[in-house]
Amino acid sequence: MASQEVLREAPSRASLINDPKVRSIFYQCLVVALLVSGVWWIVHNTIVNLTNLHIASGFGFLKGRAGFDISDTPIAYTSDSTYGRAIIVGLINTLIVAFVGIITATIIGFVVGIGRLSKNWLIQKICTVYVEVFRNIPPLLVIFFWYSGVLAVLPTPKESIHLPFGSFLNQRGIYFPRAIWGDGSWLILVGLLVGIAMSWFVAQKAKQRQMATGQQFPVFWTSLALIVGLPLLAYVLSGFPVTFDFPKQSTFNLSGGFVVKPEFLSLYLALSFYTAAFISEIVRAGIRGVAKGQSEASAALGLRSGQALRLVVVPQAMRIVIPPLASQYLNLTKNSSLAIAIGYPDLTATTGTVLNQTGQAVECVVIMMVIYLTISILTSLLMNWFNAKMALVER
Amino acid sequence: MQEHDMSWVRTEMMLAQPAPAGVTGLGAWVRKNLIASTGDTIMTIIGIALVAMTLPQIINWAFINAVWTGPNRTVCATVAQGGIQPDGWSGACWAFVNAKFGQFMFGTYPIEERWRPILVGILLVVLMVPMLMPSVPRKGLNALLLIVGLPVVSFFLLVGGVFGLEHVETARWGGLLVTLSLSFVAIVVSLPLGIVLALGRRSKMPVVKMLCVIFIEAVRGIPLITVLFMASVMLPLFLPPGVTFDKYLRALIGVSLFAAAYMAEVVRGGLQAIPKGQYEGADSLGLGYWQKMYFIVMPQALKLVIPGIVNTFIGMFKDTSLVTIISMFDLLGIVKQNFADANWASAQTAKSGLIFAAFVFWLFCFGMSRYSMYTERRLDTGHKR
Repeated sequence: MASQEVLREAPSRASLINDPKVRSIFYQCLVVALLVSGVWWIVHNTIVNLTNLHIASGFGFLKGRAGFDISDTPIAYTSDSTYGRAIIVGLINTLIVAFVGIITATIIGFVVGIGRLSKNWLIQKICTVYVEVFRNIPPLLVIFFWYSGVLAVLPTPKESIHLPFGSFLNQRGIYFPRAIWGDGSWLILVGLLVGIAMSWFVAQKAKQRQMATGQQFPVFWTSLALIVGLPLLAYVLSGFPVTFDFPKQSTFNLSGGFVVKPEFLSLYLALSFYTAAFISEIVRAGIRGVAKGQSEASAALGLRSGQALRLVVVPQAMRIVIPPLASQYLNLTKNSSLAIAIGYPDLTATTGTVLNQTGQAVECVVIMMVIYLTISILTSLLMNWFNAKMALVER
Repeated sequence: MQEHDMSWVRTEMMLAQPAPAGVTGLGAWVRKNLIASTGDTIMTIIGIALVAMTLPQIINWAFINAVWTGPNRTVCATVAQGGIQPDGWSGACWAFVNAKFGQFMFGTYPIEERWRPILVGILLVVLMVPMLMPSVPRKGLNALLLIVGLPVVSFFLLVGGVFGLEHVETARWGGLLVTLSLSFVAIVVSLPLGIVLALGRRSKMPVVKMLCVIFIEAVRGIPLITVLFMASVMLPLFLPPGVTFDKYLRALIGVSLFAAAYMAEVVRGGLQAIPKGQYEGADSLGLGYWQKMYFIVMPQALKLVIPGIVNTFIGMFKDTSLVTIISMFDLLGIVKQNFADANWASAQTAKSGLIFAAFVFWLFCFGMSRYSMYTERRLDTGHKR
């Protein structure tokens, strides 16, 4: 008892300067003081500068008339719309390119990553060359390559390249036939939703039955039939309501159809190809991280190599793959801001235009930062949830 | 008796039989690696088709049909486009790269002063090569010269204005000079800054920890372009009226801070991997905080994360190309700017220029990644479990 008291009292005998607690508090106070004075200095300067420039601070400017046009507008937008709406258009464009890019990059990345582990020498080498080339080149350069090197030197609209299904390819982008949804086409959507719901139901039942009896049910083919068949049935029943507006070639231009512009195309292709190289490395590391005994054991159980990969190796590899995959998805989303270099109106580009027109530098940069940070946090939350779902269930 | 029994035992080892013909030679290699199964054979055929479709075209374009020298765009354009090449010709316009090579390296740095960046480049190579070779002694002095001496000397050499050297504004710098100098300084600044941030993030002082976490997470959450925007648009607002910053310096600050946040996370990974016993051991030896970090923790932690650090360097090197967007002319920016030169405008110009730039970037990045793999192997003490 006595010795404990001595121990407890020991620190008080040390000099105040050498007490770690006092020191820590002192350092923290110092940091806070420095920070506060630094921030105060910056804020003071900014206020002085803004008054000199006659710029009113605050977010009121968002309600002003934008007065500039945006080339890709997923939602209704004209130059009469507000600055706020222009920024929202930019945000939606960012999300579109990020979403499509993530899907494509994941597919290419998985194919190449598995290809690099292939026993086939040729496939392995092709995949290695792909990864080593794209990993070591700046993404901006890849974007420029697609934009000025490939898409800009395509033929003029007059000499468009004909693609299957009535599509065209020229300097101004790819022209697809546009579907026109006539009366009764809502039935198709209903068919699709019902199909998805029923497939999910079938999958649950099949799993229960397999757990109970060991009998398997062809879930994949049934789901495919449901998801494709039901909308098709609805299409026929409602009397073929969907027609297509094919792009028509006139003397100088193509009219009609659905146009994918070269700006979007080059950004999308470059981001997908670039990120796919990194994803493939992650996938490769993930699959190699699964112990060899696992694939040997599944072979011993009589699984074919495809089954072994699907049922044993990949589920375990996913646990290694998901966290770095999430950060690659975030990278792709952030890299989509490179759109500004080729004039695709993403968040950075439209906010940049707003900034130049209004001079509200602080507000615009804050808006950009807040939106990107929100996207980052939401993505990491989603991926954390998915990661927790995939994590090893231990007894 | 024993002798008699053992008499039939061979006294020398029998030579190994050669492997059966089925498992050696080219035929066996092809069987094993290309046509092991039906699926494999199909994949091989697809692969061969892919290579056969692309490779001859690439070789034709880049070498056989390429134009290596020429005075202007006519050598790279077909007759229909106003040039001398036959219709339907498609080849690389290396003549463009050749003619603009000086610009691609130095931007619009005055031609009679170009010996200065060249001298800096030579100094860099002279200091870098022995630094990278493990067998060369005096690493400490070498590192000091490289990290402190070289930037100071280069600053005076490149900017000028002293010792009778003509002053060259940074606005006239360009090309590989900007790419390399930006990334070199960013590397030199971001590593120590990243270490400090990582230590701060693991600090026991809540205020310091919180500040570091906020900085790291905020910077990692936003794209570099936003950071560069901030550096180029907001930095002037933050300073007292009348004080202006060089544009190059603003980009440098932006890139360095951005890289430091990523570096901090890499270093933190290394710090977390060091067993607690190491920290406690250092404490029990009576080492102070900085001594503990400098002598015990950091050498082990940094060694663990060399691949991560080099990856960050590579990422940063590639990211310097983004300064193009805030209208600075790094290698990519100057190549792109030259597309507008009417003297060289042709269908092949953009592609050739960009592929040249891509090749230069690729050489540096690939070199860095290979060197990091070599270092990793060399430093591997075999303690991995």
